[in-house]
Amino acid sequence: MSSEYVLEMKNITKRYGDNTVLSDVSLSVKKGEIHALLGENGAGKSTLMNTLFGMPVIHNTGGFEGKVLLDGEDAHIMSPFDAMQKGIGMVHQEFMLLPGFTITENIKLNREITNSNLVSRILGKNLESLDMAAMSSDARKALDSVGMGIDQSTKVQGLPVGYMQFVEIAREIDKTGIKLLVFDEPTAVLTESEAAQLIKVMKQIADSGIAVIFITHRLDEVMAATNSITILRDGKLAATRKTSETSIVELAELMIGRKGEAVVETDKREVPHEKVALKVRNLKVDMPGERVRGIDLDVYEGEILGIGGLAGQGKLGIPNGIMSMYDVAGEVELFGEPLKLGDTKTALEAGIAMVSEDRKGVGLLLDRSIEDNIVFNAMQIHGDYLHKIGPVTLKNAKAIREVALKMIKELDIRCFGPLQNSGTLSGGNQQKVCIARALCMNPKFLFVSEPTRGIDIGAKKLVLETLVDLNRKQGMTVVIVSSELQELRSVSDRIAIVSEGKLVDILPADASDADFGLAMSGIKPSEHKDGGANS
Amino acid sequence: MDNKKNFSEIIRSNAVTIMFVVLCIVCLIFSGQTVPYVLYELFGRMSRNAFIVLALIIPIIAGMGINFAITIGAMAAQISALWMIEWGVSGLPGFLLALVMTLPIAAIFGFLIGNLLNKMKGQEMIGGLILGYFANGLYQLLFLFIFGNLIPLNAPGLVIKGSTGVANTIDLSNDRGFKYALDGIWKVPFGTALYVVCGAFALYTILMLVMKKLDAKKAGIRIAIAAVLVVLYQIPFVASLFAMVNVPMVTFMVIGLLCVFNNAIMKTRLGQQFRAVGQNRTVANASGINVDKVRVIAIVISTVLAGWGQLIFVQNMGSFQTYGAHEQVGLYAGAAILVGGASIKKANNSQAILGCILFHLLFIVAPSAGKNLFGDAAIGEYFRVFISYGVIALALVMYAWNDVRKKSNLDEL
Repeated sequence: MSSEYVLEMKNITKRYGDNTVLSDVSLSVKKGEIHALLGENGAGKSTLMNTLFGMPVIHNTGGFEGKVLLDGEDAHIMSPFDAMQKGIGMVHQEFMLLPGFTITENIKLNREITNSNLVSRILGKNLESLDMAAMSSDARKALDSVGMGIDQSTKVQGLPVGYMQFVEIAREIDKTGIKLLVFDEPTAVLTESEAAQLIKVMKQIADSGIAVIFITHRLDEVMAATNSITILRDGKLAATRKTSETSIVELAELMIGRKGEAVVETDKREVPHEKVALKVRNLKVDMPGERVRGIDLDVYEGEILGIGGLAGQGKLGIPNGIMSMYDVAGEVELFGEPLKLGDTKTALEAGIAMVSEDRKGVGLLLDRSIEDNIVFNAMQIHGDYLHKIGPVTLKNAKAIREVALKMIKELDIRCFGPLQNSGTLSGGNQQKVCIARALCMNPKFLFVSEPTRGIDIGAKKLVLETLVDLNRKQGMTVVIVSSELQELRSVSDRIAIVSEGKLVDILPADASDADFGLAMSGIKPSEHKDGGANS
Repeated sequence: MDNKKNFSEIIRSNAVTIMFVVLCIVCLIFSGQTVPYVLYELFGRMSRNAFIVLALIIPIIAGMGINFAITIGAMAAQISALWMIEWGVSGLPGFLLALVMTLPIAAIFGFLIGNLLNKMKGQEMIGGLILGYFANGLYQLLFLFIFGNLIPLNAPGLVIKGSTGVANTIDLSNDRGFKYALDGIWKVPFGTALYVVCGAFALYTILMLVMKKLDAKKAGIRIAIAAVLVVLYQIPFVASLFAMVNVPMVTFMVIGLLCVFNNAIMKTRLGQQFRAVGQNRTVANASGINVDKVRVIAIVISTVLAGWGQLIFVQNMGSFQTYGAHEQVGLYAGAAILVGGASIKKANNSQAILGCILFHLLFIVAPSAGKNLFGDAAIGEYFRVFISYGVIALALVMYAWNDVRKKSNLDEL
């Protein structure tokens, strides 16, 4: 039985416990077409692909509902290896290449061409000797088909990133019987000309009859390269479109969408813009997975600035870089005073506090009490809450208790008392302890990173209201970094959107969905003129 | 400028080896020992130790670091050796039977070690080390209590008189043992050995030339080298340096075979899997390689080879300390291969051989250098133990340091 579609995924539903991450999603790809898969982070793209590849994470958590058909026939894909043998290949975002191997060896990894020898006849296939000449000529053919002239015996180590991407593609093409090839954000690491070359190669591959799924956040590339598009939002199918019948603006809107009501209501007000509180110039941060590649940004005194963007695009790198949690370079001025980068203590002493996105790793000492957590930084950095007796310093238990009780009351931390271990608190209350600790430092400037990640809706509201209160009543300048655009729009005065480690634009909180969608895919809304298909 | 940079890079990446060469030369000068004696000792030590050092290569390539658990392979060998004496199978048959008996015992041990190390990926070296200590306890239980009590031993001198358990020293030099079983097959003076090796090498080259696997120029150079070596040996001064050296031909042939084996296995599908797993387990796994299985195979091969290496060692020594001979095997072999320029990620045959030479050279000359400099041989003795731990620590630190140095990539952003 053959079918019009190479791949059909029908009514896929996937739950992790009570948490439904995919509900009733379908995806169909025809032979020889390039199909784009779009969606924000958390929309369910990776879960859908994990399902397709039979990743252990799916099968170990109770499998999924729905059907996966290959060429019209039910395909029970139980492991990535199984997927590979059924003709599904993937070009990974993180390169799956061995640096110490030559290009040939990488292309032929675990699919080596071998000759039997005396020993292998007795002890099995694994001891067959490699036929390097045959492997090399196969590799040459695969490299030629992606338009790469490089010598196949070069080691992968030291190759430019763009080349590595093409080696990955060559490896997938070299696999015999490949029917479907998934490209996961392939152009993110490429230069413009390399990206153009990649799209050319992708079209060639599709022309040879292989179906292609193209995962990307660059909408202009989607318009230029694909035949049809599936858009996911919040684990549901948002839309399926033919590329020729849609526009970049429509795609942007479909990707973002309205997600529920505003969590917190704030009064409209004039955005403060008199005095620059934090001036950032050419900031570069080497935070793995969240690299910042040169950002200029001004934060005004008294405002709440939101920083948004898709995961992995570098928004988290900004606060972590300024706090020097990772390798960092650039110039930063705080209230007109230059801030030395590279030492977290300097940043804390200068009056910047940060509530980290990694609550359990960086944020809290989980096996210490709430009060110890609240005063920890103030004690270590400012030497507050200490008795000094000669060379010996002792904790000032009374002062600590006072401030802890005050914070618990003000921030409404639900607990048995200041001596409860912070590890036993709920996520929302842990977040409040983190905020309390930042406040204990009497900061002039507050970074809050993913403040509502992993906490329930009631706690979300409280945390956000606390931040707004701090800003309005105490005039504290607050920068909130968050993946939840809706949340940023409800509390921020302005929202900066980061894509691929660079600042795309700063938008007012009431800008349209389409504008935010375009900015997240790296297109400055004001520079996108017509809004029609530009392929 | 570029040259200068390369030069300092070479110095840095070979710091351990260079330090050792300098140390050996200094000690050689102060030891007052004659070159012929040092060479005599060196050949003896190489013949009995190189095999074990070479057994470390495969696990290093498979990304498991230095396999300190080879100690356990040595225990397997000693169990076999004990039973050869008990059964009275002496000489070459005894040695060969011991090899055969070691194979399954060491393979089972290796299988267990490999599976355990798979549970502690990234901690293989410390795991192997501790496992060695732990196994030593079981070994003592076996030799002190089970052998001689539960399983009676009848061979004379094997059991402690008036007590229980196996004697402190097991003697292989009497008529039940297999002392020199391998070394003694064909032992010739250095000159003869040189002629044989050079002759064989020349013959092999000519054969390759005839089969057209080698071009004439290269073949010419190879034959010329062999000829020069033979001619050099005709100079009385050179010959006198080697006067004391007797070469156990078969032992060195076995060592050579292991080198060939190490190279050959890397050219097979299994070898490719070792290398892939060693570089990146995630990538190897993604390509469908059974990472855990490959790692177990690497440890099994290494443990068996180490067992055989220990047998070669004891047949040369002629006796071994029942409760101590295996203890330092992993440590010394690990130090030796690191001295030769290997790291915990990369190793090859020549590094193992060079390391073995340098490490043992220091062992030969350090005690007498210590005696001449400080008036006490014990200081030299202390020095060489100190050095072997130091070398391992230094290699680990340098590896970590190189790793950190590479990491800053802000400029690329």
